[in-house]
Amino acid sequence: MQADKEETDWAALVLRVRDHQDKTAFAALFRQFAPRVKAFLMKSGADAALAEECAQDVMATLWQKAHLFDPARASVATWVFTIARNKRIDALRKARRPEPEDLPWGPEPEPDQAEVYEAQQDTDRLGAAMAQLPAKQRALIERAYYGDLSHSEIATETGLPLGTIKSRIRLALEKLRQQMS
Amino acid sequence: MTIRHHLSDQLLMAYSGGNLPEAFNLVVATHVSLCDECRALLASFDAVGGAILADAEAATMSEDSLASCLDRIEMLPQATTRQPLKRVGCFPAPLADYIDGGPDQVKWRPLGMGVKQAILPTGRDASARLLYIPAGQAVPDHGHRGLELTLVLQGAFRDDSDRFGPGDIEIADEAVEHTPVAEDGPACICLAATDAPLRFNALIPRLAQPFLRI
Repeated sequence: MQADKEETDWAALVLRVRDHQDKTAFAALFRQFAPRVKAFLMKSGADAALAEECAQDVMATLWQKAHLFDPARASVATWVFTIARNKRIDALRKARRPEPEDLPWGPEPEPDQAEVYEAQQDTDRLGAAMAQLPAKQRALIERAYYGDLSHSEIATETGLPLGTIKSRIRLALEKLRQQMS
Repeated sequence: MTIRHHLSDQLLMAYSGGNLPEAFNLVVATHVSLCDECRALLASFDAVGGAILADAEAATMSEDSLASCLDRIEMLPQATTRQPLKRVGCFPAPLADYIDGGPDQVKWRPLGMGVKQAILPTGRDASARLLYIPAGQAVPDHGHRGLELTLVLQGAFRDDSDRFGPGDIEIADEAVEHTPVAEDGPACICLAATDAPLRFNALIPRLAQPFLRI
């Protein structure tokens, strides 16, 4: 694909873990994501020891649930974020967070490469858009994800280009519904 | 199902960030199960979380971190394929999971005039309940303090200005003071959650309030 040669293809590494229990691929994922998960959890109020413990737990879950990762729907960063968020809720808040009904789409054996590329690019595009926001606004959005902001404190306008991601997922859902009917 | 009333960006972002009371989590998960529009928007909010994680300044891991993690993986039980939760009647999977069944399994308590409710066990920072409202009867409460979410699962209710059918969600705050009524046809079944103690405008239900745990 058009991907920059310098960029690591994180999604391909997850698939190597899934298909070959590849420890070298896992080590690369660990070096990239574990320190960020740890930082994320510390910003959410965990102390360093608990954050370390949970970050290892998150990475172990990545290994164990690699078969559930769908590179056509979400980037590795987004997937890791959802695992880390759920760990945080278990560890810090002890509240239940029911998940929406599963859709019968699961990861396809041979996902469309263009779709995979788009999904993996979302994170970079959103990251770039976040960097353009006024510092105050960006901090407010970050706090919402560190679990530090109640729903009534969240701004109604994010200023982020969510439309393209939403349309892409919406289209995939429409295709799925057609296949199901 | 044509859904006209959706979740707000605020609620979806708070759900994505993992920072809603349990009762609201249940309503959001149940609505998203019915609504592809909100499912797609939720995926975009999760992607914002991904971007924040990707840009986080790396913390220092302990020295043997990777090795301990690999040890941990060795100890993991074989991943079991979780049986996906199933929808029961008009109850999407997350709700069916909560009450362990569909509308027939709900332990309803009468509120008078054929209206019934069942309070669901959730964390205490907000409360969730199911409502059963026969055609022509008023939806209980609906003068609000705090935030109240009402998700229609079967039938419909309407007030002067709007109609809420299956899958529609009404988001009401202090400003809303109205008396929606269940439409003709099958009884209206709703999942409602609020982060304030419920208040009744009518005298009798107000007296009954302490006994009904609401």
